[in-house]
Amino acid sequence: MGKTLKFLIPLALFAGLVALLFFGLGTDPRKVPSPLVGKLAPEFSLPALGDPTRTVSNADLLGQVSLVNVWASWCYSCRAEHAQLLRLARELKEVQILGLNWKDTEADAQQMLRASGNPYQVSAFDPDNRAGIHWGVYGAPETFLVDSEGRICYKKIGPVEPGTWESELAPTIDLTTRKCKEYRS
Amino acid sequence: MIPELGHFALILALGLALIQAILPLAGSYTGNLAWMSTARPLAWGQFVFTAIAFALLLLAFLTDDFSVVYVASNSNTLMPTIYKVSAVWGAHEGSLLLWAGFLAAWGAAVAGLSRNIPLQVLARILAVMGMVGIGFLLFMLLTSNPFERIFPPPLEGRDLNPLLQDPGLAIHPPLLYMGYVGFSVAFAFAIAALLGGKLDAAWARWSRPWTTTAWIFLTLGIALGSWWAYYELGWGGWWFWDPVENASLMPWLAGTALMHSLAVTEKRGAFKSWTVLLAITAFSLSLLGTFLVRSGVLTSVHAFATDPARGTFILIFLCIVIGGSLALYAWRAPAVSGGGRFDLLSRESFLLANNLLLTLLTALILLGTLAPLIYEAMAWGKISVGFPWFNTMFVAVTPFLALLMGIGPMTRWKQDEPGRLARELRVPFILTGAASLLTVFLMPLLSLDWYLVPLGIGLAVWLLTAHIQAIRERLRHKNSPSAILRDLATNGRSFYGMILAHLGVAMFVVGVTMVANYGQEKDVRMSPGDSQEVAGYRFLFHGVRTQRGPNYMAMRGHFQIFDGEKPIADLWPEKRNYFASQKPMTEASIDWGFTRDLYVSLGEPLEDGDWALRLYYKPYVRWIWLGAVLMALGGLLAITDRRYRLARGLTRASADVAGATATARS
Repeated sequence: MGKTLKFLIPLALFAGLVALLFFGLGTDPRKVPSPLVGKLAPEFSLPALGDPTRTVSNADLLGQVSLVNVWASWCYSCRAEHAQLLRLARELKEVQILGLNWKDTEADAQQMLRASGNPYQVSAFDPDNRAGIHWGVYGAPETFLVDSEGRICYKKIGPVEPGTWESELAPTIDLTTRKCKEYRS
Repeated sequence: MIPELGHFALILALGLALIQAILPLAGSYTGNLAWMSTARPLAWGQFVFTAIAFALLLLAFLTDDFSVVYVASNSNTLMPTIYKVSAVWGAHEGSLLLWAGFLAAWGAAVAGLSRNIPLQVLARILAVMGMVGIGFLLFMLLTSNPFERIFPPPLEGRDLNPLLQDPGLAIHPPLLYMGYVGFSVAFAFAIAALLGGKLDAAWARWSRPWTTTAWIFLTLGIALGSWWAYYELGWGGWWFWDPVENASLMPWLAGTALMHSLAVTEKRGAFKSWTVLLAITAFSLSLLGTFLVRSGVLTSVHAFATDPARGTFILIFLCIVIGGSLALYAWRAPAVSGGGRFDLLSRESFLLANNLLLTLLTALILLGTLAPLIYEAMAWGKISVGFPWFNTMFVAVTPFLALLMGIGPMTRWKQDEPGRLARELRVPFILTGAASLLTVFLMPLLSLDWYLVPLGIGLAVWLLTAHIQAIRERLRHKNSPSAILRDLATNGRSFYGMILAHLGVAMFVVGVTMVANYGQEKDVRMSPGDSQEVAGYRFLFHGVRTQRGPNYMAMRGHFQIFDGEKPIADLWPEKRNYFASQKPMTEASIDWGFTRDLYVSLGEPLEDGDWALRLYYKPYVRWIWLGAVLMALGGLLAITDRRYRLARGLTRASADVAGATATARS
C-alpha cells in the first residue's frame, strides 16, 4: 500500500498546482486594489534627494495636481518609463511630477538622473521604505495621481507607457477644478 | 475564400486527430491490425492539413489580406517580407498554429521513422500524440481562430510588435516550439509504455534519439532568446528570470534530467518509473509554460494578449493531459518499477544525484515563478520574486551539479572502487585547486561575492580536466593519436557527444562568471565629440543623426572605439520609432569578440544635443551562448551514434516477435 501511495504523490502535487492556477485565473495580476485610492495621501515627510536640508511632505501635494512616481535606479521598468515621464513633464504644464526614490542609494539615484534627465520637480529620498510602506508600495515603478487637495484619484502599477496618461490617468482627474473625477486603481 | 480554406483545413486536421486518438488505440487492445495500421496515414494526414492551414495563413500575410483580423493586427504593408513571414507566429493565434503544426510534424516523423517499433506500440504512441493534437486544434478553433475575418477590412494593418521585428526573434519561437512540442514524443512513448505495461531497454533506446532531438531544439531556442534579449532590450542583460523565460528553462531542466535517466534505463534497466515520470514532467512543464504565457495568470514582458476563456480552456486541457497521465502513472507504474541493482558508488548513483539536483532546480524555479500567485492565494499580499532569489538558488545548486558532472562519466556502471576513482580524479582535482587559487591572485575582486570567481573558474577547469581524463581512460588501450577519430567513426559518438555537451556547460560557467563579476557598465551623459573610458577602451561619441527605415524613423548614433590610440570599431546604436505602433525601440550596437563585447545603446536625448548613453564592457559574454551551441552540438553528435541505427536492424526481428506475442496476450 505504501508503495502505491508513493506513486500518487505527483498526482497530488499536480492537483495542488491546478487549484492554484484556477485561483490565478480569477485574478488580474496587474490590478492591485489599493485601499488608498479615494483617500487623502498618507502622511509623509522625507528629505529631498540631493538636498538633505529640504523636506518633501504632504504640503508639496497641495494646490496642484501631482503625479507621484515611485522609482529606483535598480529598476529596469523605471528606466523604461523614464522617457514617458520626461515627455509628460514637458507637455503637462498643469501637473507636477514628484518622485519617491525608493530603496535606492543616493549616488546611484543621482547618477541616473544626471545621465537620463530629471522629470521630477523634486524627489523624496526613501532608502528605508519609510513612506513607501504607508503608501502601500509593492514594487517600483508605481505612479499615484493626486489631486490638489491631496486625494489619490488613481494608482498605476507598472511602467507608464505611451498612452497611459491619456487612457488611464487623465480620465480620473478634472484639470480645471483640479479635483478627482473618479477613483480607480 | 483563402482564409476559409485555411479554417476548413484546420477542421479537417481536427477530425483526423480525433480518429487518430481513438481508432489505433482501440485496435491495440482488440488486436485489430487494420485499425492499428491507420495510425501512420492518419498522422501524415493531420500533418498535411495543418501544413496547408499554415501555408494559407502565410499567404494571407504575404498578400496583405487585412480582412483577416490576425493579419490586420500583426502586419503592415511597409513591413519587410521576412517579418511578414515571422509575423505569422508573432502573436497568440498564429503561434498556436505553429505549435499545432510542429506537433503534427513530430507525429508524422515518428510515423515515418519508427519502422522498427512494433505496430501495437506505435499505434499507442501515435494515438497519444493524436490526443494532444485534438487539444491544440480544438483550442485554436474554439478560442483563437487565426482565420477570423473583419468587415469592412482596414486599409492598413497595425504592424507587428516592433520588439519582434528582428531576425533573432523571427527564428527563436520556431526553435523553442520544436523543443517544447518535441517532448510530446517522449511523453507519448512513456504513456504508450505505461498502457502496455512494458518498460524495457528497447523502449528507452527508441525514446532516446527523439528526446535528445527535442532537447537540442530547446537548447538552441533558449540560447537564441537569451541572445536576443541581450542585444535587443538594450540593457545588456542575458537572462531576466522572467516567467516566460522560466517557462522555457523548466522543461529544459526536466528534459536534461530525462536524457540522463533514459541512459540508465537503456543500459542498466534501472530508474524505470522515474524515467517515465520525468518524460511526463518535461512535457507537462512545456504545457504549463503555454498556460502561464497565455492565460494572464502572471505578468511578463512577453505575455500574449490575455483572455479568461483561453485560460480556462488551457487549464481544463492541462487537467486532462497531465492529470490523466499522472493518474495512469499512479496506476501502472508500481508494476513496472524496479530493475538493475547498483552500489552506492556507481555511475547510476551519480546520475541519480544529478537527476535529483536538476529536479530540485526545476522545482525551485517553479516555486519562484508561482510565488506571486501563491502569496495572493494565501492572502499574504503581493510579492515579486526577482533576480536575487533566483540567482541565489541557481548559484546554490549548480556547483554541485558541475561537481557530479565531472565524476559521473569516470565512474563505472553498477559498482566502482573508491581507490580507482580517486586515482583517476587526482590530477583534475589538483589542477582545479591550482586554477582556483590562481584566480584569487590574478583576478582580484574586492566585493562580498569574492568567492564566486574562483568557484566558477574552478568548476570550469574541473569539468575540462575531468572530461579529458575520461577520454584518456576510454582510450587507455589504444595508444595512437588517431584513436579518437577511429573511435568517433565506429561507436563512440554518444560518448563524445556527452563530452562535448559537458564542455559546453564548462564554457557557459566561464561566461556567466566573467560577465557577472568583471562586466562594466556606465550610464553617461555625452555631447558630440566627448570621450568616455570603459575597461581601458575609449568610446568617442560623434553624435546622432536621423535616418529613415522601411517602417520606422531612426535616431542613429555614431561611436568610434579606441584601444589605446588604435581605432578598433565603429558602432551605430539606434533608437527607432515605428510609424504604425508609435513604440520606441532601442537597437544596441555591439562590437563582438571571443573574449569581450563592447556594447553601446542610446538612452534619451537631453538638451543641447546631448544624449544619455549606456556603455558596457561584457567580458566572455559570448561563451554563454557558445556553451549552449556546444551542448546542442554534443546532442547532435550523440543522436548520430551508430548504436541507434544498428539497434534498429537488430531489434526488428525480436521486436516483431515481442510485438506479436504482446498483441496476442492483450
